[in-house]
Amino acid sequence: MKNTKHDKVVVIKDLYKSFEDNEVLKGLGLELYKGENIIVLGRSGSGKSVLIKIIIGLLKPDSGTVEVLAEKIHELDKKELIKLRLKIGFLFQHSALYDSMTVRENVEFPLVRNMRNMSKSKINQAVEEVLDAVGLTDTIDQYPAELSGGQEKRVGIARTLILKPELILYDEPTSGLDPVTCEEINKLIMKVKERYKTSSIIITHDLACAKQTGDRILMLSEGKFLRQGNFEEVFDTDDERVTGFYNYNFIESNEN
Amino acid sequence: MPILVRKLLFFVSNQYIMLSGSQRTGKYLISKNLDNFFIDIRELTRFTLQFFKEVFVPPYELQETIRQCYKLGYKSLFLITSTAFITGMVFTDHSRPSLASFGATSWLPSFTGVAVIKALAPLITSLICAGKIGSNIGAEIGSMKVTEQIDAMEVSAINPFKYLVVTRVLATTFMVPLLVIYSGLIGLLGSFIDVHRNDQTSFTVFMYDAFSKIGYVEILSSLIRSVFFGFTIGIIGCYKGFTTTKGTEGVGRAANSSVVTIMFLIFLEEILLVKFFNPFYYG
Repeated sequence: MKNTKHDKVVVIKDLYKSFEDNEVLKGLGLELYKGENIIVLGRSGSGKSVLIKIIIGLLKPDSGTVEVLAEKIHELDKKELIKLRLKIGFLFQHSALYDSMTVRENVEFPLVRNMRNMSKSKINQAVEEVLDAVGLTDTIDQYPAELSGGQEKRVGIARTLILKPELILYDEPTSGLDPVTCEEINKLIMKVKERYKTSSIIITHDLACAKQTGDRILMLSEGKFLRQGNFEEVFDTDDERVTGFYNYNFIESNEN
Repeated sequence: MPILVRKLLFFVSNQYIMLSGSQRTGKYLISKNLDNFFIDIRELTRFTLQFFKEVFVPPYELQETIRQCYKLGYKSLFLITSTAFITGMVFTDHSRPSLASFGATSWLPSFTGVAVIKALAPLITSLICAGKIGSNIGAEIGSMKVTEQIDAMEVSAINPFKYLVVTRVLATTFMVPLLVIYSGLIGLLGSFIDVHRNDQTSFTVFMYDAFSKIGYVEILSSLIRSVFFGFTIGIIGCYKGFTTTKGTEGVGRAANSSVVTIMFLIFLEEILLVKFFNPFYYG
């Protein structure tokens, strides 16, 4: 079935962003459809993280429009932005777990703060459900410092799932993890997509992650998307910027 | 009047920043430090105004505020107890020879009473809190900033300013005056032990003498000053934490800078507030 205009979860047009004299994004355009996982691939410093921080409203673009779930995110007032963010999950590169809280408190935090009338038993039920979905029920009373990198990512994913988002933004979900754990996180991303019917934008430079989790891949370089399509289509080119990226990451992943 | 002052401050700092263009071009009107000083004043004013804007708007984080009161106030009790006790005792001990030289050791209770309640308790307690609580807040929020925990709150539709800043500033504003009262009493206890050891004065007589020269104005002045000091500790600690940059090095700098700025401001406020209250003391 072909996606229609109404199925668009994110629409970005002509996006520009610079920091002082450094122009990071130069007229980007992107469309994400319902139920789709798109991958934004690119080297470190290519502006991938800036892009998703603009999508969630943490950064403001210099020009261009960003529509998320049919709302122009940078034209919303504070209350409207909070309402919209309830529908968006965000997994940070280093998970950003609250280190003074246990896993349970980390996961229930967005729910407790946003659904103030929810009963304790319903909150506990929701926490157990998402921890079960990410396979971490046995660490519920541990602190982030006691968790491995992979477990931290899982808790981060559980925390984004607790509000049942329609859109999830993943910032380098497999960075800093060993290949086996990367594989587990990739499978988890796919499981989340199936179980919670989410759409996702996954920022990564990990080719295995891109291949396993992406329905469509966009290659970001020098502030613009160079190529897009499925994995084979993107890398079927003689463009040195693309082949160089592929070769570098292929060697790196083989070394790992 | 405050609106006029605020507008003037914004105008001056904006004009200065516009003229210097420091952030964009790396050129400074006078010097980098002076430019940053003006930027800091402008941002701190904005931060403080945001506090007053957020504090009255629901949802109220009552549970978190109480938790912060316990964490910042109750957990400072041991340090406050020991320093207040020693200060009271040592101050009395050092004052004794001067009073003894003209045969006025019987004035020691009222003398130390006035010194402890009017000056030592508010100032020393606030300075200790600046070191303990101010650095704690600066480092805690600073580390949350550099590890993206504050961003994580924001994207989870939680207002980090309300949850982190409003609760801590309310806690310090409420707890520092309580700690000052407590520290005053413990300081007087330390003083009593020294007086009792030397002059065998009873507790009742000591306390009667100690409070003989202290009226409501003195107590109220100390409490009002400590409310200002508590607010300063909270707002500066949070501001320094919230504006932390450059990773773990920045966290250390935030903690250090919190303490230095708070201490400087406490002394500045002390001078101004004492000048303000002086006419009330002496009619």
